[in-house]
Amino acid sequence: MTPEQPTGSAAEADPAPAESLIDVQGLTVDFPTGEETVRAVDDLSFRLTAGQALGIVGESGSGKSTVAAALLGLHRGTGARLTGTVRVGGIDVGTASVRELHRLRGGTAAMVFQDPLSSLDPYMAIGDQIAEVHRTHAPHVSRRSARERAVAVLDRVGIPDAARRSRSRPHEFSGGMRQRALIAMALACDPRVLVADEPTTALDVTVQAQILDLLHDLRTETGMGLVLVSHDLGVVAGSVEDMLVMRGGRAVERGPVGTVLSAPQRPYTRELLAAVPRVETRRVPVASTAVPSSASGGDVLLEAVEVRREFGRRKDRTVAVDGVSLTVAQGETLGVVGESGSGKTTLGRMLVRLLEPSGGSVRYGGRELTGIHSDLQMVFQDPVSSLNPRRSIGESVADPLRAAGTLTDAEITRRARELLERVGLDPRWYHRYPHEFSGGQRQRVGIARALAPGPKLVVCDEPVSALDVTTQAQVLDLLAELQRDLGLALVLIAHDLAVVRHASDRVVVMRQGTVVEEGPADTVYDAPQNPYTKALLAAVPVLDPAEAALRRAARRSADSGVLRAAAR
Amino acid sequence: MTDRFPGVRFAAKRLLGAVLVLLVLSAALYALFYLVPGDPAQLACGERCSPAQVAQVRGQLGLDEPAFAQYLHFLQGLFAGRDYSAGTSLQHCAAPCLGLSHQNDQQVTTLILAGLPATASLAFGAMVVWLALGVGTGLLSALRRGGATERVLTVLTLAGTGTPVFILGLLLLMAVCAYLQWLPFPSYVPLSQDPEQWAWNMLLPWLTLGLFESAKYARLTRSSTLEVLAEDHIRTFRAYGVSERAVVTRHALRGALPPVIALSALDLGSMMGGAMLTEQLFGIPGLGRLLIESVRSVDLPVVVGVVLVIGTAVVLANALADVLYALADRRVVLS
Repeated sequence: MTPEQPTGSAAEADPAPAESLIDVQGLTVDFPTGEETVRAVDDLSFRLTAGQALGIVGESGSGKSTVAAALLGLHRGTGARLTGTVRVGGIDVGTASVRELHRLRGGTAAMVFQDPLSSLDPYMAIGDQIAEVHRTHAPHVSRRSARERAVAVLDRVGIPDAARRSRSRPHEFSGGMRQRALIAMALACDPRVLVADEPTTALDVTVQAQILDLLHDLRTETGMGLVLVSHDLGVVAGSVEDMLVMRGGRAVERGPVGTVLSAPQRPYTRELLAAVPRVETRRVPVASTAVPSSASGGDVLLEAVEVRREFGRRKDRTVAVDGVSLTVAQGETLGVVGESGSGKTTLGRMLVRLLEPSGGSVRYGGRELTGIHSDLQMVFQDPVSSLNPRRSIGESVADPLRAAGTLTDAEITRRARELLERVGLDPRWYHRYPHEFSGGQRQRVGIARALAPGPKLVVCDEPVSALDVTTQAQVLDLLAELQRDLGLALVLIAHDLAVVRHASDRVVVMRQGTVVEEGPADTVYDAPQNPYTKALLAAVPVLDPAEAALRRAARRSADSGVLRAAAR
Repeated sequence: MTDRFPGVRFAAKRLLGAVLVLLVLSAALYALFYLVPGDPAQLACGERCSPAQVAQVRGQLGLDEPAFAQYLHFLQGLFAGRDYSAGTSLQHCAAPCLGLSHQNDQQVTTLILAGLPATASLAFGAMVVWLALGVGTGLLSALRRGGATERVLTVLTLAGTGTPVFILGLLLLMAVCAYLQWLPFPSYVPLSQDPEQWAWNMLLPWLTLGLFESAKYARLTRSSTLEVLAEDHIRTFRAYGVSERAVVTRHALRGALPPVIALSALDLGSMMGGAMLTEQLFGIPGLGRLLIESVRSVDLPVVVGVVLVIGTAVVLANALADVLYALADRRVVLS
């Protein structure tokens, strides 16, 4: 079978150099499910020369991870149907013997996975896992020297006190350290190319910067190639030379990363780029007519005074929120940013009284809150698990109205339909169930449900973090529109600094349960005062490769200083 | 990490818990006993006793005292020992005294110690059988998922769980001893007397009980192996070229076995009180038979004694299972 030669791409135009490390021609991957066959990858071709770095970018369902798995022949035996050829390091992955395939996996191309906790064996010491993988590829090495090698690579990826920590099990490592350990496992095999599938998606932004810097250093040091799969254009921008944009299993656009990002040719790439919120640009103010949206103008709606929340008892006690005071004015958006464990979700739940504070008070309209209040509602992070899968979306939206008990059944149904329409869903979908909807649509249902009791304030906890970038922009636009039309006050909790900047009037930066900086969004972002805020902002990936290189250099020079201290 | 002696603290907590559980258990048994129809004094004395004789026996057995006082005496005997006057002679029952049998005035501790070796040999031997068979078939059917092997094994294990143990035992007896005549009909020989004869005679009971239990273990091993095989860390080792054999034995089994070990410990614990049907079927003089006989004759001290042994074994096995679990999976913290 002769694969069709794709046209009009820089990487494909010249004949392949013989030493091309990865050569994918006309790859198609089908997953047969019950009745129909899902085509995950559709006639994809690309090459990677030794030492090069390629970024594969796409939204969920674009087939990017399927491609990564195909490079190592991981689809073999799973029922997936592959056509076309995949050659890695001179081996045809499709026809290779089991022995050849095992040598290829790790030895030629090593994979780094997304979730570093679940990707390591929880029952085994990390050093032993790395030693085992090393011995698989170097069978004559003794147990002892394999163990020494494991310590050496752990040390190389920046695990402090590697000899001792190599005896730890994965749960004793932080997220960033686990990802370093996975990279160390790859290094132990001396691969010629690293295939990294969303290597930083589960990590905080400062840790993400450290891992990307580590990958960059390792490449310059060992000369190995890199295939970086990510949904995040910013992550790819600073780490690769060439990029490939995928959509629905097909290659949409490819070329040098600077060219694709600065002068995208295809409409989809332009759309994708436009949807990425940028941390460096100011918020386009929503044309607010009825409601004053500045902090000074609006009346204070909600006030938290020195709220505290502890979990656990005695020795296990941790303080999640440690004396936070803030105000939310009528009609304004307060952004709350922070990394994982900063207490932002706990704070959000206390604001609507889903959680009772251990100390301090929450005041609404000047009165102390003693329980939940229909004026204060919440939108949750995960639109999948926050909707009851056994209730239709209309019923989910109607539930709060029924609970209020003031309307008749007919009125409730009518109102629920109105709300569905209000958030951009077809009211005829009232009787459909959550699994029939996409992530963005489910989040709209979540928003409609929060709106049902006619709230004055809605706390949105990571409302868009589970969504693709284009969907994310649509949901954020919806929130802004609802705020303008209904005069809602919003508390937007997110780890994504750009998202928060784009949607907020004022911003609160949280760290370890306390507020480290607070102020108007533009002031905080353009002239941060606190070193932690500065470090956070410096770690945000940027879309311009040149700028990304500059920032990497800046981070390196400040390595021993602010960032290290802040990231700890 | 901060706790220097997690083991000591764990043991102390468990011990205290065990003592409480056993006290409640014995009190409940005493209470239950007084709700059960039948007069133990009448039973101990025999059908033809005159009311006066029955009253005398009742006095000797201490049954004329109020129930509460009887229980207190029982506790006293348990912790300090007590003396019994049987007619003119005086019998001393040393510290962990569980009382005297109403039937033959023997000390309950003696009766239990006599039955324990038989029960222990049955339980431990059966465990070896069910672990070998259950884990083996479970693993095989997990690895051959979707194939003919798996379907055959599924049917066999279902048949195993569905067949009552006395039917299984009878079938084995008939086939091996009566029809094929490979083995003589088993009769219990103590291990201390003749180890070889002990093993030959225990073979069928072990197989019967082990086969019956192994079906459950096969299903458990299969499901937990499949669960672990679907986890991300298995994918990691496959993606690093580790052979399928090493992936299964070193990574999948390690994750799949802890629930199997935990359940084994519990089963072993409850079998220490005697696998009654198997003991009855093969005439093994173990605790199970002792319990059945003493319940039949409303012999309270023996019933309480055997049930306390079962309780102790279950509690100990539970603690052992927890320790093994924590050793296998370091994320588990003993508390």
